[in-house]
Amino acid sequence: MSKDKTYSELTVWLLAVRDHRDRAAFGDMFDFLAPRLKGFIIRCGARPALAEEIVQDVMLTIWRKAAMFDPHKAQASAWIYQIARNRHIDIIRKESRPVPDELGEDPGAEPDASQILALEQEALHLKQAIQQLHPDQKEMIEKAYIGDLTHQEISTQTGLPLGTVKSRIRLGLGRLRKELKGLR
Amino acid sequence: MPAITHHIPDPMIAAYASGSLPHAYSMVVASHLSYCRDCQAALGAHQAVGGALLETSACAALTQDAKPKLMAQLDAPAAPEPVYDAAGIYPGPVMQSLKGRPLRWKTLGMGVKQDILFEDAAGSARLLYIPAGQAVPDHSHNGLELTLVLQGSFSDETGRFGVGDVEIGDEDLDHTPVADPGDPCICLAATDAPLRFKALMPRLLQPLFRI
Ligand SMILES: [Zn+2]
Repeated sequence: MSKDKTYSELTVWLLAVRDHRDRAAFGDMFDFLAPRLKGFIIRCGARPALAEEIVQDVMLTIWRKAAMFDPHKAQASAWIYQIARNRHIDIIRKESRPVPDELGEDPGAEPDASQILALEQEALHLKQAIQQLHPDQKEMIEKAYIGDLTHQEISTQTGLPLGTVKSRIRLGLGRLRKELKGLR
Repeated sequence: MPAITHHIPDPMIAAYASGSLPHAYSMVVASHLSYCRDCQAALGAHQAVGGALLETSACAALTQDAKPKLMAQLDAPAAPEPVYDAAGIYPGPVMQSLKGRPLRWKTLGMGVKQDILFEDAAGSARLLYIPAGQAVPDHSHNGLELTLVLQGSFSDETGRFGVGDVEIGDEDLDHTPVADPGDPCICLAATDAPLRFKALMPRLLQPLFRI
């Protein structure tokens, strides 16, 4: 089984960085990730100059903490998403976010390659599901996941009544969950 | 691993992942996650959605020298970061917030003690120490209150809360939690308004206020 055919590019790059400190792979990852991260962080409310500073910080954190990435536990994109949110908030608030303790392996589950593949599949289907969402739903979901935005704040900012905001998020999430259920 | 029956609601886990939850609540959520595989799985699902959104995000161009500047930094030694691990009954997020300082219990009366870990405009988080049979001190419910048990247990009108369980209170919840027999109950509690314990009133003033 070829790793390159079944793993996403992002996972392959991240594993090359983790296992071989591969600078070329890190460079490729930068080309793919940095502009997306910058767009993402700008929509979280940061000015472009600050967004770029956070991107650099996130990329450097990925390089330094790659050893902690475990594809049995999380997708590369999910792991990077959490780093991006944590670094953004740490930089703005100058107070480290509380991070949960790692729980050991579930005694019932031996880590194996099928776990990694299941997570890879999930990531792929999620991306497809997001691309198929109605633009309104995508915007709402994005706001819930990128921002220091509560449902109330989304409602204020978009002028939509709170009930509508909540039901749109629920609708969108429900659709994503259904995708996930089909996989698990 | 204790059997946990009272969990963090899913929208709060999503808010924790996205960083929109105030710091004091995040401390309780991260602490509960340190006990709870189910809620860690829920967090994983939200992180997966966040990751997929990131991957499909619209791009913004970086300045020309961003990449060479970053590549040049890869060999620079990272400033050592202090690591605060779980210790005894206290999960990692509590130790992170103590930043290596020892506990400083302040007496509130009737054997009840507290140690304020964090306070800002959006809320506060504290450790509470309640001897068996004692009530958690009466305090005003101005908003959302999260109470996570770290040692022992307490019970109130809504049920029993053991190690790892979290009780979610709001203005509508009128309850009188009492520590169960056995070890003193130690909790991590977060509120969006500073807890106004009656016992915090200077003792000399208390007769004037008929407390
Ligand atoms: Zn839980």
